[in-house]
Amino acid sequence: MTIRDALNAALREEILRDENVFIMGEEVAEYDGAYKVTRGLWKEFGDKRVVDTPITELGFAAVGVGAAMAGLRPVVEFMTWNFSILAADQIINHAAKMYYMSGGQFNIPIVFRGPNGSAYQVSSQHSQALEAMYANFPGLKVVMPSTAADAKGLLKSAIRDNNPVIFLEQETMYGMKSEVPDDEDFTIPLGVADVKREGSDCTIVARSFTVPQALKAAEIIQAEFDVSVEVVDPRTIKPLDIDTIVASVKKTNRLVIAEESHAFASVGAEISHQVMENAFDYLDAPIKRISTAEAPMPYARNLEVAALPSVEKIVAAVKEVCYL
Amino acid sequence: MPKTATRQKEENKTTQNSANGKNETASKTTPSAESDVTENYDVKEAQAEFNKRRKSQIASIKKLDKEFLGEMLYQMILGRRFEQKCAEVYRMGKIGGFCHLYIGQEAIAVGTMTALKEGDYVITSYRDHVQAMIAGITPEAVMAELYGKATGNVKGKGGSMHMFSKEKGFFGGHGIVGGQIGVGTGMAYAQKYKGTDNVTLCFFGEAAVNQGIFHESLNMAQLWKLPCIYICENNKYGMGTSQKRAMSIANIAKKAEGFGMAGEFVDGMDVMAVRDATLRAIERGRKDGSPTLLEIRAYRYMGHSMSDPGKYRTTEEIKKYQERDPIILFQDSLKEAKVFTDKDFEELMTKANEAVEAAVKFADESPFPDESELFTDVYAD
Repeated sequence: MTIRDALNAALREEILRDENVFIMGEEVAEYDGAYKVTRGLWKEFGDKRVVDTPITELGFAAVGVGAAMAGLRPVVEFMTWNFSILAADQIINHAAKMYYMSGGQFNIPIVFRGPNGSAYQVSSQHSQALEAMYANFPGLKVVMPSTAADAKGLLKSAIRDNNPVIFLEQETMYGMKSEVPDDEDFTIPLGVADVKREGSDCTIVARSFTVPQALKAAEIIQAEFDVSVEVVDPRTIKPLDIDTIVASVKKTNRLVIAEESHAFASVGAEISHQVMENAFDYLDAPIKRISTAEAPMPYARNLEVAALPSVEKIVAAVKEVCYL
Repeated sequence: MPKTATRQKEENKTTQNSANGKNETASKTTPSAESDVTENYDVKEAQAEFNKRRKSQIASIKKLDKEFLGEMLYQMILGRRFEQKCAEVYRMGKIGGFCHLYIGQEAIAVGTMTALKEGDYVITSYRDHVQAMIAGITPEAVMAELYGKATGNVKGKGGSMHMFSKEKGFFGGHGIVGGQIGVGTGMAYAQKYKGTDNVTLCFFGEAAVNQGIFHESLNMAQLWKLPCIYICENNKYGMGTSQKRAMSIANIAKKAEGFGMAGEFVDGMDVMAVRDATLRAIERGRKDGSPTLLEIRAYRYMGHSMSDPGKYRTTEEIKKYQERDPIILFQDSLKEAKVFTDKDFEELMTKANEAVEAAVKFADESPFPDESELFTDVYAD
């Protein structure tokens, strides 16, 4: 099953399961979704549960927050997370803080979801990976799946969660296929990392876009150098399962962090800091980070490739920390 | 705004014409013709209008029972006395942070909120103490919150700008100018989704009208027929910037026409006019979910917040607006309607003073929150 279909199945099952769940966003209904994640849902469930909005990100994010305060469980789709910046006031100033500043009276059970990061040559304003920004605010949870099973299991958990969840998909990964359990009650708890590949000599912490790249890099390193690489996917950025990452580093003594966002003040920087705090004595080499170049995303294909993380860059980083 | 008053009157005539059927979109709902209140903000003209509708106002007072009228007046007096006390204890250092007072605008909160029924919702801006008390949060809990005490309305976590009560349908005091307009729209969305005939009252100041969220929200509310009553409390100033220095047109209620929405000008110094306009809006909302924009014109006697030196306006201007004090106007009408006497007013004042003193005593004697509270209520289970 593709990641797209897994997300679609999760939405469908949760709409069926709970009458308070509805999805709203630009082009989610009649058009079947800009990236077809909501394909068929409007035909099946109609206007009440699948709602086309005007192009009004701040406005419909706010409607979601108000509806959540009043007991509904909205799933708000951003056509891409780049547009969520227009809605940041509602996500950050309202959704994230409402439970706290109301003294625990009004929780906000809402999911904000959509594609994050780069696509194919869509240039500066449509290629940003924003997880570090949202992960910075107490009150928000941040989720980034990398497989179809994770996408389905995590989205179902996010919809059932009683807090605002930032659910970051990746446009170039929607068509990627992997096994998904058939069980309609299949969920994956938020805050639990997954070891995507076991290994003993070096750890790569990767998320979303960089997980398939890290797995490919691990194969290359294994074949060329007979070095065993472990790939850890935190899946949830907040809360972060640092224990699984630290356990892996204590085993391998080497760490590469691969991420699609820019490096400065990134989630990778946070992980690096927490590993330093919890496993400093276990590190046999400085931690290496692969991130997107510190420039707005260029349009030209060769420049875009140069800006983004890649299998080659991750292989080079692993070689560096393993002194190969 | 005397210089533009004539032009505004002309514009209002156009509004009334369109309400009579020329404008298809607005014809069913634009209610300007129902109300005698125009967009007059000039004190003398507003008072002349008020005098003209005095008879009908007395008539509507006589339709209400004495107990209800007494409660309306009491809430206005309590709101006034509470806020005056806030200013006093703020200067003593008992209240921290920002503290925005409601003095001069009491008729708006009382006239609108006393028209609600069970299941209706209210959301407002950071100027929220009086709305919170009318919603049913006790003066003790509000004052204790202002003191940052554990017994406060939100356990000392929100302060002046963030009063909430889920139980009473009070969805808070919000600190970002205009943010609550979108949230209120979502609350009305939920009321419609659940198939109720309830409505949401969404309060904001006139300066919030310049924010994008106002326009985004009203568009969706009319498009989807969400039962949200947008209450623009026009107190003339967005912090220290007057409306005429910040807004290209003066008459906010007319902006409703841009959305095909019903809109009314309301004299915010006349609590009965506020009530009547709210009842018309509520009727539209309950019937088919139609939203309304009410521009209720009042005047903020105090600064924007307690830290406002007020250099942008003169004492003469403040005094001029105070000639139409909402409490005095209401008391005069109640006397004329022979519902209450001066003695009744004195009793209500004494009761309000006692309630405020009890609130201060309660806040003073309450403990500060335990430090462990820092990390509670960040995430819900």
